[in-house]
Amino acid sequence: MLNQKTNRKRNLALTAILLLAIIGLLAWLQATSVTHSYAITIIERSCIYAVAAVTMNLMIGFSGLFSLGTAGFMCLGAYITGILTMPVAIRDQVYYLYGMASWLHDVRLPLVAALLIAAAIAAVLAFLVGWPVLRLKSDYLAIATLGFSEIVRAVLGWDGLGSITNASYGLSNIPAFSSIFECVAICAACIGLMVLLLRSSYGRTFIAIRDNEVAAEAMGINLFRTKQLAFVVSSAFAAVAGGLLAVFMRSAVTSTFMVSLTYNILLMVVLGGIGSVTGSIVGSFLVTCSQEWLRFLDSTYVFGDLFGGIFRNTGFAGVEVPLLRTGFRMVIFSILLMVVVLFWNRGLMGANEFSWDGLLGLLKKLGRGVKRLFTGGRKKGGADNG
Amino acid sequence: MLKVEHLSVSFGGIQAVRDVTFSVPDGEIVTLIGANGAGKSTTLRTIIGIQKPKSGSVKFHDEELVGLPINEIVRRGITLVPEGRHVFPDMTVQENLKIGAYMRKDSLTDDLHWVYDLFPRLKERSWQAAGTLSGGEQQMLAVGRALMAKPKVIMMDEPSLGLAPLIVKGIFDIIKEINRQGVTVLLIEQNANMALRTAHMGYVLETGRITMSGPGKELLVNEEVKKAYLG
Repeated sequence: MLNQKTNRKRNLALTAILLLAIIGLLAWLQATSVTHSYAITIIERSCIYAVAAVTMNLMIGFSGLFSLGTAGFMCLGAYITGILTMPVAIRDQVYYLYGMASWLHDVRLPLVAALLIAAAIAAVLAFLVGWPVLRLKSDYLAIATLGFSEIVRAVLGWDGLGSITNASYGLSNIPAFSSIFECVAICAACIGLMVLLLRSSYGRTFIAIRDNEVAAEAMGINLFRTKQLAFVVSSAFAAVAGGLLAVFMRSAVTSTFMVSLTYNILLMVVLGGIGSVTGSIVGSFLVTCSQEWLRFLDSTYVFGDLFGGIFRNTGFAGVEVPLLRTGFRMVIFSILLMVVVLFWNRGLMGANEFSWDGLLGLLKKLGRGVKRLFTGGRKKGGADNG
Repeated sequence: MLKVEHLSVSFGGIQAVRDVTFSVPDGEIVTLIGANGAGKSTTLRTIIGIQKPKSGSVKFHDEELVGLPINEIVRRGITLVPEGRHVFPDMTVQENLKIGAYMRKDSLTDDLHWVYDLFPRLKERSWQAAGTLSGGEQQMLAVGRALMAKPKVIMMDEPSLGLAPLIVKGIFDIIKEINRQGVTVLLIEQNANMALRTAHMGYVLETGRITMSGPGKELLVNEEVKKAYLG
């Protein structure tokens, strides 16, 4: 009992320290944003993808509904947010071809309000679409939601809606985040709300219908209404993630939200661990960061420039290094993915969540392993001496 | 009193239950026995509303249940322990129990104590994942979970399926204990011997029809029942 209490105190302290460290780091990056714009970009992108990944995990991992409509709802969110936050003065320029609808022309909202409206509209749409679609199971649900996602994209890019969505020209000049804090705080709030939902009795019913529909039904859980709730919540937050992505890129074009975006997010979910919120966060940071780190593989080099020039005086100094061409990054990235999926086939986190006890336990184990390696080595040395 | 009258159910072109009529008086244990495919499970699934009947009625305290959604039927005090246990493997024992009380909004503490008193084994394992329990313990958990809904009638679909004889005896002792505490039990079983020994009333179901009925002890010595079900 006592031990548990001190553990909880220690964990609280560690959490507080971690939070302060993150805030400190963000503040430092913000203060020196001119030199660190690249790092800020990566962090913001990772955070936004983390929200999208958690919404997808809510469906696939927690409720067992294989839905692939994420990109569609993100697209919807991006357009709504873009339309509502774009400065009024610039609108005639952006909509020069279609002219913006007069009832919409002077409506401008702060970012959070625009995101809320995007979430509400996505929720209503998800409710209506869920009515027929959620009666389907597994692959069929995936195909139906995938199709829906493409329909959303097609409708938003349709000429007939040009005076609202600017059709295939998309939206531009969307005001950026005021600081990195705005982006990170909204993302954290979204993920926090979803975690609260998952920990409530609703969260338990999601897991119940995932694990065993028969038993869940016998318990009096209304299967359809529970699935509907999961779909509506997930879609609403996906729309928020899309809105954030539009603000991040300062534009919204339908081509951003193709099926490949859904697959990218699915990749983060699977990599991090299906059924783990922290896994999804880790997954999205890992995928986003490694796609950046591996960027050097896309440029061409000659051997003479490599390894501090040790090949400079050899005969092949002027020869280009084979394979390093544009696109090679994705080859290496895919190979790394296969390695991860082979060795951690339930994702990096499995269905577990991050906890300080877990992390400290792992460190302790690692420490013991290193120690054993050390003492083992010394014993061997002793034998040699004798 | 739970009354099933002229119930007929068919699905996939097969009539699984034909014109079945029986009643479960308050405070009693009633059993339906019969071979595989006789329509026992279908009857229970229809009572709780998972399956829709072709015709007939199910009345609980004179209120019609046919047509109500499952959650409403559970709210009226009828629960089902599904065949093959069906616990939620990744949740802990305690979480499994709590989800059984999903339809209720009041405090669960007393009922958790009640279930843990009935099944001390579950208390020892309350923090263990349900998937790691033995078959008998999972059956106890499935029953305990159904009890968490504070049912007036608990329906059990083959609780002895795949369990060792000693554990089966334990399960039936528990059924009697639950009944003594005021819960009405509707039990379906292939293990006719144990079921008829435990039940006040028994019905024999054959290819969707009730062919015999009577007090459990009488059916137990009935020649036809003996030949067909008791070997």
